[in-house]
Amino acid sequence: MSKNWPLWEIFVRSKNGLEHRHFGSLHASDAEMALENARDVYTRRSEGVSIWVVESSNITASNPENNGELFEPAQDKVYRHPTFYDLPDEVKHM
Amino acid sequence: MKNQNLYNYIISIADNSLILAQRLGELCGHGPTLETDIAGTNISLDLIGQTRNYYQYAAKIQGEGKTEDDLAFLRLEREYKNVLLVEQPNDHFGYVMGRQYLFDVFHLLFMTEMLNSKDETLAAIAKKGIKEVSYHKRFSGDWIKRLGDGTEESNAKMQEAIDDLWVYTDELFDITEADAAMISEGIGVDTSKFKELYYTEILALLTEANLTIPESKYFTRGGKKGIHSEHMGYILSDLQYMQRTYPNMEW
Amino acid sequence: MSNEQIKNLEEIFEARIARDEKIEPKDWMPEKYRKTHIRQMSQHAHSEIIGMLPEGNWITRAPSLRRKAALLAKVQDEAGHGLYLYSACETLGVSRDELYEQLHTGKAKYSSIFNYPTVTWADMGAIGWLVDGAAIINQVPLCNTSFGPYARAMVRVCKEESFHQRQGFEIMLKLCNGTQEQKDMAQDALNRWWWPSLMMLGPTDAESIHTEQSMKWKLKRKSNDDLRQQFIDQTVPQAELLGLTIPDPDLKWNDEKGVYDFGEIDWDEFWQVVKGHGPCNKKRMKDRVSAWDNGKWVRDAAMAHAEKKEAKKLKEAI
Ligand SMILES: [Fe+2]
Ligand SMILES: [Fe+2]
Ligand SMILES: [Fe+2]
Repeated sequence: MSKNWPLWEIFVRSKNGLEHRHFGSLHASDAEMALENARDVYTRRSEGVSIWVVESSNITASNPENNGELFEPAQDKVYRHPTFYDLPDEVKHM
Repeated sequence: MKNQNLYNYIISIADNSLILAQRLGELCGHGPTLETDIAGTNISLDLIGQTRNYYQYAAKIQGEGKTEDDLAFLRLEREYKNVLLVEQPNDHFGYVMGRQYLFDVFHLLFMTEMLNSKDETLAAIAKKGIKEVSYHKRFSGDWIKRLGDGTEESNAKMQEAIDDLWVYTDELFDITEADAAMISEGIGVDTSKFKELYYTEILALLTEANLTIPESKYFTRGGKKGIHSEHMGYILSDLQYMQRTYPNMEW
Repeated sequence: MSNEQIKNLEEIFEARIARDEKIEPKDWMPEKYRKTHIRQMSQHAHSEIIGMLPEGNWITRAPSLRRKAALLAKVQDEAGHGLYLYSACETLGVSRDELYEQLHTGKAKYSSIFNYPTVTWADMGAIGWLVDGAAIINQVPLCNTSFGPYARAMVRVCKEESFHQRQGFEIMLKLCNGTQEQKDMAQDALNRWWWPSLMMLGPTDAESIHTEQSMKWKLKRKSNDDLRQQFIDQTVPQAELLGLTIPDPDLKWNDEKGVYDFGEIDWDEFWQVVKGHGPCNKKRMKDRVSAWDNGKWVRDAAMAHAEKKEAKKLKEAI
């Protein structure tokens, strides 16, 4: 009976000061191997200074079918954005 | 040559990296997963990078206007001074990782000492190489643990590889005339300093991996003197094929 | 879901693509879109990893350390490309192992060009220059394809490809500036790789089945014939620069159309190779299958070790 190596999602910080960004995925039998593989696969051209690996099956994703109820209600809340507020041009530094 | 000993010394270190890189190069595209192919290639590339630095330096010391490629590709088999361990074939993945690990542990200890060499070029190569070799050792060591511990089949295969490769470990510590001269000048690495450490470290990892060290106390040697195994001729046939078939050309 | 509802969803879906919106894996998509993508992305992935073999063939024989390192790095990149593309397929719920199974049983296709043998060092030059060159022409438009994971994989691939063609051309250049033997070697390689490279851009538009649908989904931005013309027009001047002759007596500049006219492609040969009768089809497949089969105990061992470790951790926690 053989079991396939699980899939891992790879997040890489390109340089300090930036967030980890999703770079792609790969297969590995455990977390240590996932880190090693990620180093060899995704940072060959000095693309990173830090790596996170997460087993793909541990990620819970929102369902696009619910996008309406999840994300549309935010669309009319324009008062959350600075441009909503009218101020005279003379007001500086605001 | 004014500095024959230094030249010989550098060549023997360089040849280890070259022949091991060559062996790993055979595997690209033939490994157990894409991920391991990519990793093995990275190790091979690190080693080629090291050899280029060594050969360039050796060519300079030799002072005959030769290039890194003249040294890498155009010597006779007897003039290659790599240890027998690195020329052993890729019989299966257990051999590949076993050979790698048995060399990596030595290589890291060696580089760590070479950091203190009075020769600035060698110290500089070591400074860069240590980071590479540390990773190689982590990679191969992790694999030995996986294979040793994994399944009954993998344990047997890994043990088989260790048993076969073990006889080549002692040669790593042989001290040639050039080695002795360089050690006395504070340039070369005195490998006897860390021989015990080498075996202790390996024993610890093999034990963790459910593997044992072979009983036999008989060791095989010769590479450092230029007397190689039967494999070497075939390795050189590939390595030198272009340079021998089309002499004096640029590529 | 009723047929009506599906039709409605399909219309919304097509409209999204037409607006240049990206489709992500969990979005609703027509079954055909999913299947077509799995097929095209996996074929592409297979081509990358089968493509490692003809070039891998020369790693141990590369004529200089510099060339050896470049070739290793190139073949390694191709492994990476295969990996990125298999990952993109996996977002659609098909595993890499299933895709390998399709490749190994001959159900899946890969680019026919890799069924030709690499017999001289100049082939490393010709492949980088022509084969990677043709691949780039195929791939750059895919960076904007509609399926997000495919587009993202292609962005990464294209970034890495740029050195492949350059290293190939540099190999050719060195040969062409070398001895007569080297020049002959370069010409011979061009003679052998030219026509297969043209075929690599796919059958003529008249015979290409999927084109219209693929255009809509941005799996294809230009027709095969247009891509081929683009490839020829950009490559002929490069061959001239090398001092090499393109092995096509009918090749000549057409002033009126502003493109090169070229001779007839031997499509019989193309279909013969596609159907498995090229010089290396069997060898390539054998190499892949044996790598996979010989690696089984290694993959199993790693998994078993991981499970034991996990079990031990759990036990310690209790
Ligand atoms: Fe490619
Ligand atoms: Fe590629
Ligand atoms: Fe490429």
